Formats: sequence, structure tokens, C-alpha cells
Amino acid sequence: MIRDRCKNLSFIAHRENDMRELEYPFDGEEILKKSKKIKRALLEERTDFLEKRIAVLGGSTTHDIIRILELFLLDQGIRPVFYESEYAQYWQDVMFDNPLLVEFAPDLIFIHTSNRNVTAYPDMQDTEARVEELLSEQYEHFQVMWEKIADTYHCPVIQNNFEYPFYRLLGNQEAVYLQGRIRFLNRLNEKFYQYAREHENFYIHDLHYLSASYGLDKWADPLYWHMYKYACCMQAIPAFAYNLSNVIKAVFGKNKKALVLDLDNTLWGGVVGDDGPENLEIGQETPMGQVYSEFQGYLKSQKEIGVMLTVNSKNEYDNAIAGLNHPEGTLKPEDFVIVKANWEPKSSNINAIAQELNILLDSLVFVDDNPAEREIVRAQAPGVKAPEIGTPEQYIRVLDHGGFFEVTTLSEDDRKRNEMYRANQERSRQQERFADYHEYLLSLEMQGTIRPFEAVYMARIAQLTNKSNQFNLTTRRYTQSDIEAFAANQGYITLYGKLADKFGDNGVVSVVIGRVGSMEDVAVYRQGERPAPVSDGDVLHLELWLMSCRVLKRDMEYAMMDSVVEAALDRGVKTIMGYYYPTAKNAMVKEFYRDMGFEKTEETDMGVTIWRFVIPENYSKKNTVIAVNGKGESNEQGRSI
Amino acid sequence: MSREEVFEKLNEVFRDVFDDEEITVTDATTADDIEEWDSLEHINLLAAVEQEFGMKFNMGQVVSMKNVGEMADIILAQIG
Repeated sequence: MIRDRCKNLSFIAHRENDMRELEYPFDGEEILKKSKKIKRALLEERTDFLEKRIAVLGGSTTHDIIRILELFLLDQGIRPVFYESEYAQYWQDVMFDNPLLVEFAPDLIFIHTSNRNVTAYPDMQDTEARVEELLSEQYEHFQVMWEKIADTYHCPVIQNNFEYPFYRLLGNQEAVYLQGRIRFLNRLNEKFYQYAREHENFYIHDLHYLSASYGLDKWADPLYWHMYKYACCMQAIPAFAYNLSNVIKAVFGKNKKALVLDLDNTLWGGVVGDDGPENLEIGQETPMGQVYSEFQGYLKSQKEIGVMLTVNSKNEYDNAIAGLNHPEGTLKPEDFVIVKANWEPKSSNINAIAQELNILLDSLVFVDDNPAEREIVRAQAPGVKAPEIGTPEQYIRVLDHGGFFEVTTLSEDDRKRNEMYRANQERSRQQERFADYHEYLLSLEMQGTIRPFEAVYMARIAQLTNKSNQFNLTTRRYTQSDIEAFAANQGYITLYGKLADKFGDNGVVSVVIGRVGSMEDVAVYRQGERPAPVSDGDVLHLELWLMSCRVLKRDMEYAMMDSVVEAALDRGVKTIMGYYYPTAKNAMVKEFYRDMGFEKTEETDMGVTIWRFVIPENYSKKNTVIAVNGKGESNEQGRSI
Repeated sequence: MSREEVFEKLNEVFRDVFDDEEITVTDATTADDIEEWDSLEHINLLAAVEQEFGMKFNMGQVVSMKNVGEMADIILAQIG
């Protein structure tokens, strides 16, 4: 018996080891050499991939980039299907009729260009006006292509910026003189960045930073260009592919959400329980103290862009707080949404943290200087990333280049996330004071906004369709362009729901998409497919219904149901059909439609359930606690508490 | 390193790159003898050989190399 258990554990550890071949910091040359074997292992390991169609349009060879990118994406849970342009046909593939690419219907287009594709460099005798002309010409070559993509394919675009050339004709003045190539590329890059700032769904892949970080002389080894038409050396391709995979996974909503931090020798030097808070190494007095200060500053900035910070430490709680209150520390106790300082195994704490935050283990990154703790967490809390963070002076680089929290768009929600979760905790504390749950809900003074999709929320709505796994009836993933298309199509009813209360604003937390049609459509939905939109019908089919777990048990689903009914009646529709497609993660909503008053009409062999709701003459609203769209639906008496 | 040792290591590299434990290379082995060894895999193969022996092929060598025997000669000349 005991031996069996050991065997199981070693199996887990072994499996995790395999995965770690692809975790930063990785050995790129091993990955290049063993890619076939690694791919096989990744495909055996899991089956719940998110499938995405990715078009790679290259200005240089892309074969090995695709080969290695596939590994990193599989490791991130994305199974890519690739379209690869013929050699250096990136521009032609977009600009001229391309039935192959249209038929491929990409979910994302990656434009792999480099300074080898720059054709309009100035000559030394060119005037300032001529240089400006060349710059516009070169920029427009790209801009027309991006616009064509936006018009034709409506999908996210990732575009390389330009890395520096490997030689400098003007030496140290290459960036100074009007005609210098570095100056030209800097200006061109700035134009790319401006386009990215002004266009949603358009993201820069920072080749410039990547090549500098790798080492430009090695990166740009001309052998690889002249022999094989690669824009960078072979050995740099894993670093390239990893960096790119981080942008792709972020676009598809698979970023991590929270850092789980150890304290002793992770956030400061020394052991607070043994050494006393006054003797910790943090602050400007010693070199090591400076290292920890810089790291705390880095984490504080992460918090400001929406990464949630939590503590998981083997310490007496009071000692942990005393350490965090060190006057030289940048991070203070209030910067953390959860502080677990106790003598429980760290894996139990981390499971508890995931539960309290209502997020999955694979949204967490565990940072601990102790390799044994990292190993236990990997084995006992599968899905958590526990990077090999090295020594204190390496912590920032490993976390940063790890790309766990890759920024695509900085939404207001991201910046406010820590606040929102803190507000959640306030709510839980308050909840304990109420005997009656309904009374508690009333005391929250909740204000809901439930309306058809609106332009300002399209990005957040798309993000939710990609991030929500648990409270998600059909788990359909959509890009922002898809969401915009639903909103514009008369054949659909779209609703988003926002929820605020006296502790704070949760932002957009629920999304419903329904399609008007007929009873015959059920046959198509039964197969998990979607019929084409029609302009009219007498049945509303609910193609998507999801809610963020941050507002579970707040009756927001009832408020959404009321609005669905209202929208249906507005269209003269009396019958609503709901569908539940089971996944590994959405068991919590298996009986959701029953709770909403639907009756189950069918259950297929695959576990799909189909539900019907006929709106009664005297439909009475299910939500009694949230005031929706400024109307006082909530019980006024409850408010005085 | 002896020529035999170089070939032993080359066998390992070839097996990793082509994911085939059966491969054994000789002096006369060329791309025609290994089905998956095309011009694209060739780049990956050279990078893996360079990594294994801690050396670099220059462009002239890459262009002129005719078979695995010549590859071994270059490796031996460089690593001594």
C-alpha cells in the first residue's frame, strides 16, 4: 500500500519534470533537439486544450518558429492549428485574394517581419524631407496590410517590431544622424507603437527587446540569414517562441492572476521568527537588503497593474505581519489580498487561497526560495507554476521574463482587481454578522447594470468568454471581433451585466448571448454546433451564459434571468431554450437552468442537457436584492441596515 | 576524443533530432539515407551537433559538407 503511494508520487514528480523543460529559464538547445519527443509527451499529458487557428505570415523562414511555438502553446493549454505563408509572402498573402487564408479563418494572425524586411532605408545624401518620405512609405506598407486584415479577418494581430541591425555604418552616431538606420528603425517602431495604442486587437511582439536581451551579435548571426533565410539564429528561436507564446496566451485570456509569495528569504533576507523583524535584510543599508527592496518594489508595481498578491509562509501570523510592517519594506500588509502565515503545508494553504479567491490553481504563480517547497506545491497543487527563481538577485528577471502576467490591454478592471478582492473580503466579514442571507444581500445595496453589449465593454466581454470556465454553460470562446459581430446582428439578443455594491464596483461580471430562431434549431445545438443567424423566430436559444465567480451567490444570475425574459418578450418570444455542455470545469452549473425554472427536455449520451422555459403570463421577477438599471427592484426596507 | 567516440555521440544526436532510436550513422551516411532529413531538419541537426560538441560550423563548412564522415572530420579538427 505504502509502496503504491510512493510510486504514484514519483510518477507525479516525473510528469511535472517533463513539463518543466518548457518553463523559463529553459535550455533552448535541448528543446530544439528534442522537440518531437516533447510534443508527444505534451499531447499524452492532457486533452483539454483550447484549439486556436493561428496564421503565421513571415518575412523570413518560419518553419522552426512554428515547430517550437507549438510546444510552448501546448504547454499553455492551447492547441494550435497553423497556416504558414510561403517564404516571405506576408504582405502578398494579406493584400491579394487569398481563398486559402479566408477558408482557414484564423483566430489570430502573427506577422513575423524583421529589419531584413526593411526596404526604404535612407541614403547618406538624403535630405530631411526625403527621409520623412521614406519613413512614411515604409510605415504605410505595413499599415495598409493591418487595415486589410482588420477588414477581412476581424481577428487579433500580433506584429513584430524591428530589432537593431548587427552593424552600424555611422558607429555611435547611427541613432543621431538623420540618415542612420538605427534612427530610422526607432522612428518606425514608434509609429508601430502608436498604431498599437490606437487600435484594439493589435499587439506588438517586442523583437527589439528580445534581441537585446538575448545578445544582438549572437541573435543576428548572418549565417542563418544567408544560409537559411532566418532573421535570427537557430538557438534564439526558443526564446523567441516562448515570448510570442506569452502574448498569444494573454490574448486568449490564459494569463495567470495571482502571486503566492513566501516571506523569509523571498521578500526579505533572514527569518523573521528567529532573527526578529528589526534584523531582517531589507532596505538600502546592505547590498542584499537593496536586492530585496528592488524585488518588493517590482511586486508592488505588479499589484498596480492588476496582479493579486498573497502570502503563503511558514510563520506565526503575528511575526509575518511584523516583518511586512518593517519600515524599510515597500510592501505592507494591506497590499496583500490574503495572508496565510501558519504551519500548514504550503500546498494546503495554496489550495485554500485558490478557493478563497474563487480562481483555479492554474491561475497561481508560487514564489519561494526553497526548492523543496516548490516541489511539494507542484506535486500537491497541480497547475500552480512554481518557477525556479534562482538566487535573490535573479528573482525579478525570472518572474519578469517568465511572462506569467503578460499585459495586452490594461483595463480599468485590471488596475482595480486587488481593490475588488479586498472588497470581497469585507463582504465576507460582514456576511458573518447576518443570520439571514437575504438580509445580508440587501445590506450590500447592490446596483446592477444589465444592457445589450456596448462598445466600451467589448474587450472585457471577450476576455470573460475566454477566462470563465466554471460558471459557463457552453464554454464558447470569442474574440472581440466576434463579440462586436453579435452585438451588430439583429438575430441575436446580447446582454452584459455589471454589479456594484457599497464596497466597490465589480465591473462586467456576466454575459448572455441568445439567438432567435425556431424549435428545429435544437438538433444543431444538440451537437454542440450553432445554426446561422436568422432575422426572426419564436424561440430564444441561449448560446452563451457565463458569470464571473467573483460574484457567486449574489443573485446576479436571477437579475440576468429577469433581463433575458424581458428581452425575449420585447421580441415577442415566449419560449427560451437553454443548453449545458459539460467540460472538466463547469460542473457547478450542471443544474443551473433547473434553478432558473427551466424543465429538462433531454440529456444526450455525451452529457449535454437541453432545457426549456416557457415564459408564464404572470412571470414574477426572481431578483429581489439588486437594483437594476437605476430602478429600485431591491427591497427598500432592507437598505436601512 | 576518438573518431569512434564522435560517432557514438553523433548517433545520440541523430536519434534525438529525428526521434528514432534505430538510427546508426556511418562515414557514408547522407540525407538520402534518413527519410526525415530534409533541408529544414538539416538546420536543426547542425544546431544540435554544435551543442553536443560545443563547437560551431562556419558557412563554408556548412555549404561543402557531403556526408556524416566529413561532419566528423570537421568536429575532430575543431575540438582536437
